[in-house]
Amino acid sequence: MATETVRRPRPKGGGAVPFATLFWRLPWLRSLLLLTPPLAWFVVIYFASLILLLITAFWTTDPFTTQIVQVWTTSNFERLINEPVYHDIVGRTVVLAALVTLTDALLAFPFAYYMARLASRRVQTLLFAAVLLPLWASYLARVYAWILILNHSGVLNWSLQSIGLPPANIGYTNVAMWVVFSYIWLPFMIIPAYSALERVPESLLEASADLGARRWRTIRDIVLPLALPGVVAGSIFTFSLTLGDFITPVLVGGAGSTFIGNVVYANIGIANNVPFAAALSTIPVAIMAVYLLIARRLGAFEAL
Amino acid sequence: MAAGDDSHRPALRLQGVRKSYGQVVAVAGVDLTVEEGEFFTLLGPSGSGKTTLLRLIAGFERPDTGRIELGGRDVTSTPPYLRDTNTVFQDYALFPHMSVADNIGYGLRVKGVSRQPREERVQRALKMVRLEGLGRRRPNQLSGGQRQRVALARAVVNEPEVLLLDEPLGALDLKLRQEMQIELKQIQKEVGITFIYVTHDQEEALTMSDRVAVMSNGQIEQIGSPVDVYERPATEFVAGFIGISNVLVRDGVRFVVRPEKIRMLAESETADPGMTVEPGRVEEIIYVGMTTRYLVHLDRGERLVAVRQNMDALGDAQKFQGRPVRLAWTAEHTYVLDKGR
Repeated sequence: MATETVRRPRPKGGGAVPFATLFWRLPWLRSLLLLTPPLAWFVVIYFASLILLLITAFWTTDPFTTQIVQVWTTSNFERLINEPVYHDIVGRTVVLAALVTLTDALLAFPFAYYMARLASRRVQTLLFAAVLLPLWASYLARVYAWILILNHSGVLNWSLQSIGLPPANIGYTNVAMWVVFSYIWLPFMIIPAYSALERVPESLLEASADLGARRWRTIRDIVLPLALPGVVAGSIFTFSLTLGDFITPVLVGGAGSTFIGNVVYANIGIANNVPFAAALSTIPVAIMAVYLLIARRLGAFEAL
Repeated sequence: MAAGDDSHRPALRLQGVRKSYGQVVAVAGVDLTVEEGEFFTLLGPSGSGKTTLLRLIAGFERPDTGRIELGGRDVTSTPPYLRDTNTVFQDYALFPHMSVADNIGYGLRVKGVSRQPREERVQRALKMVRLEGLGRRRPNQLSGGQRQRVALARAVVNEPEVLLLDEPLGALDLKLRQEMQIELKQIQKEVGITFIYVTHDQEEALTMSDRVAVMSNGQIEQIGSPVDVYERPATEFVAGFIGISNVLVRDGVRFVVRPEKIRMLAESETADPGMTVEPGRVEEIIYVGMTTRYLVHLDRGERLVAVRQNMDALGDAQKFQGRPVRLAWTAEHTYVLDKGR
């Protein structure tokens, strides 16, 4: 008999157990390796600071030294409830964010429908570029461009006057903010709406036509309900981005355009009242939490 | 023309219908008449143009040339939502955001049928496809076979002039498919609607149809009853596509002998008088349950398939392996193919 033992063939590289095999045997190891860096980031940087924010909101400052006093108090929240000016600011922020979201949904849907269902491949690519290209330009540059359009001697008034119409003095008003926000966040609505519309199978539209529905009826009964999760997903972006903004109100807003973010900014930078700023910051966080719960019920997370 | 001719109103008439996509000709000039209440099948391999033809009838595609008539009315340029046809789609195309009942009632709702009669008709349709009590479910809560029934009910409930079915049983397993074949046929008889059925499954076509149109390369090769296309195939393509084709050329004549019409004689057996006998050797034995197929290499060159019922256990079949045999058939069981084809 031969004394040679049967050798198992070994993969090249020669290690005892190759990594691929190790990962195959221990699937949790792969997950661990993949998730540790982002999870560490998420927990330490994001979650911890959010908790710190919540804790700070229940502290206060010494009125003379403006030093933070680490004593539990609800005085910041009492101030938010008792002073009507903050109701106005929160109300304005939320209403404008909702208006911007609605406007973007109305603008994005037909555009995304055309992109997903009617445009040729070439046109589709061009439209994609047109939607995404502005995101490469600085936010500030785009807002300043709108100032040039909307201010009193801007392009808008000049155009109106040259055709004999009265000027529309919407520069430095809430209307200007509504226009600028709607423009800036529009791509964030178009993209999810597009991907939702693209996923509606052609055969469903044919089935609807086959059952007697004209194009508009099909859009109302079939396309719209099926694309709704995508629009809701897009609205998460448009709503939350508007809710947290504080630059556009400064640049294109007027005297009555203060947002939550502006008050937070003022309390950190000028008044040096970080606990009050933290308390104010919990409002958009709470609003977004409720918004996300509703969005989940509408299936927005399946559409992302 | 006589008055009698005017009153004859076929459910569907196609005249010279052509459709091409760029260079590819999908339907190359089809003439076809389907009578009221008929179960008519378009049978052909994939790419033969049968589905395109169905889509032309439904109005999802417009023909390049030709004329389409439904119930005597020219609908060539009529959009699908104005045509009196309904379609059962291959992927069912059920609306995922609607309940089963809402899916079935959608066509009636669009046509403005009020709630009370609509619900009654939906309930009747659910009963017809044996899905009573499942009306409130969503399509994704149903099995494949149940979805297929919903798709059928959604189309039939509108009582169209012509019902179009695009390989509706293709996604079901064999057992369920066979059950549904019988059920579909029963439902068709019950409602009396003209069915135009697309399939690539020859057995399905033969089982269910009143008439079959065999298609190849965008053209109709033959139209006839199941018996016609099986027993008297017009072309070699039809002979080959329906059943197992045994094509032989003897004395310059091409003809078909179906496998079940061939008697395989062992060495000791003798043929009946009047039978044609040809010697050969068994090359392969394929056991298919109810029957066994024998691939016989004739001494004159061709290969023929003969089928025998499995009267005994498998051992009986195996004894022929590699053995010389003689095949015998009568002239009346052969069918001469068109010359020049």
